[in-house]
Amino acid sequence: MTATPLVKAEAVRKSFGRLEVLKGIDLEVARGEVCCVVGPSGSGKSTFLRCINHLEKVDAGRLSVDGHLVGYRVKGERLHEMREREVAAQRRDIGMVFQRFNLFPHMTALENVMEAPVRVRREPKASARERAVRLLDRVGLADKRAMYPGQLSGGQQQRVAIARALAMEPKLMLFDEPTSALDPELVGEVLDVMRDLATSGMTMVVVTHEIGFAGEVGDALVFMDDGRVVESGRPRAVIAEPRHDRTRSFLSKVL
Amino acid sequence: MTTVSSSDTSAPTSPAVTGAADGAHGTAALEAVPVRHYGRWVAAAVIVAFLLLLFRAFAAADIDYSVTKHFLTAGTVLHGLVNTLLISVLAQAMGIGLGIVFAVMAMSRNPVMKTTSWVYVWLFRGTPVLVQLLLWYNLSLVFPALTLPGVGSWSTNHVVTPFVAALLGLGINEGAYMAEITRAGLGSVDHGQVEASHALGMSPRLTLRRVVLPQAMRVIIPPTGNEFVNMLKTSSLAYAIQYGELLQSAVKIYTNNLAIVELLLTISVWYLALTTVATVVQSRLERRYSRGVRIPPVRGGRVRAALGRRQGGSA
Repeated sequence: MTATPLVKAEAVRKSFGRLEVLKGIDLEVARGEVCCVVGPSGSGKSTFLRCINHLEKVDAGRLSVDGHLVGYRVKGERLHEMREREVAAQRRDIGMVFQRFNLFPHMTALENVMEAPVRVRREPKASARERAVRLLDRVGLADKRAMYPGQLSGGQQQRVAIARALAMEPKLMLFDEPTSALDPELVGEVLDVMRDLATSGMTMVVVTHEIGFAGEVGDALVFMDDGRVVESGRPRAVIAEPRHDRTRSFLSKVL
Repeated sequence: MTTVSSSDTSAPTSPAVTGAADGAHGTAALEAVPVRHYGRWVAAAVIVAFLLLLFRAFAAADIDYSVTKHFLTAGTVLHGLVNTLLISVLAQAMGIGLGIVFAVMAMSRNPVMKTTSWVYVWLFRGTPVLVQLLLWYNLSLVFPALTLPGVGSWSTNHVVTPFVAALLGLGINEGAYMAEITRAGLGSVDHGQVEASHALGMSPRLTLRRVVLPQAMRVIIPPTGNEFVNMLKTSSLAYAIQYGELLQSAVKIYTNNLAIVELLLTISVWYLALTTVATVVQSRLERRYSRGVRIPPVRGGRVRAALGRRQGGSA
């Protein structure tokens, strides 16, 4: 069982109207692996990430997490779309961190982290609170529990967002350009938390522009352009010796 | 202020000018003749003159103000006042409830819900509320009896009293307006909030209740206060269907004593009092909820924050 990849995409396609954003993505992410996805904007990397937890619906191909198709059920020979409730249940095991944090502004940091365990998993408040306190401590925000998102810096907000996603004890974490909306001096603190998370063995798919982070922490680097995976491999190898011209020209611009 | 500080900083480069300024006036303040607004004085004079004429006309008019004053606290008027307040509060509450339901329906992806909501708003916002009130009041003309299969049957005239007709007419009409207000509020919440909730495994319903609605309140509450001020006055239309509100109590009295204008002025005073209080409350709510999302509420929740501020204000 451990040999099966946690995330498996086969010829995944996605269009918005007439614009085809994903033109057949094949990708596998093994358990405990940190997979970094890079590429120019508009290459479809964020869309692909959003497909993994069904925030976007896949048009063609197969996308499965932990052996289960995302958003669909196989019944007999046919695929059936899942109901909202079933999709919600599927998403509980997948944490997601957004570029713009998307913390709940009317809740404190602690309440943000406790919300899903208490309301979705119906956990007792005491134990949810205990874990939330521990998670905020882990991301270095033990003293910011009672603060509202508006009172926190971008880096602090993003760390709360990571703690919030971890509170559901996911087996997979998705990061959608987690440092792109941050001031440069705040990028480091978020990357530190992510590095720590990677070390703890979490399976992560990270869409990022931080090539340095990808080279240091990533187990795999995927370069996407124009809706396709152009190149993938060990991060250092891809960065040092890109095989494709497009990868080379992209890396030369961001490095 | 700015002028003074800039003359300070420019001192080394243009000593002559600064020196002259210092010599003449010192550095404390500039003495300049302010612009005279003669237009304002003229306008004020015209308006005061007009008001004086109006005042004189009303003073000389055949109005017995002691009657107006006397009936301010008459039992019948106070009874009408209570009923006006009662029907306004209940109809507004009903409107808010219906508004939330139909706004959520309008924003749902379910085409049946969407259409139902659209038709509701179209129908009840598109016909005069007075006509709606009269229709409810005359329901017995078309449905003499109301029957719940297996439960029982009642005479429509007994069920749809003037109070019930007024509540249905005003409440359902208000619901159509509140649906539009609530929809705007729900639409104002950043879509990222919904995505974050979904990503955490929250159902659409939970997302609405815990994440979207609380944030939409910021946009919904100010116009709702405005709606209530309107409701206080619109409730006077219920006079037409025999509901015993303020206007009806005035009419009741003046058909006896013929002091028509005196009594209409009496209830006008009460309407003004009600709307003034409602406006003050509304502008307070508006101030509280129109603050940016970035400025966080005080620790410990809104209620305690409000209490804290009130204590702080009185201290």
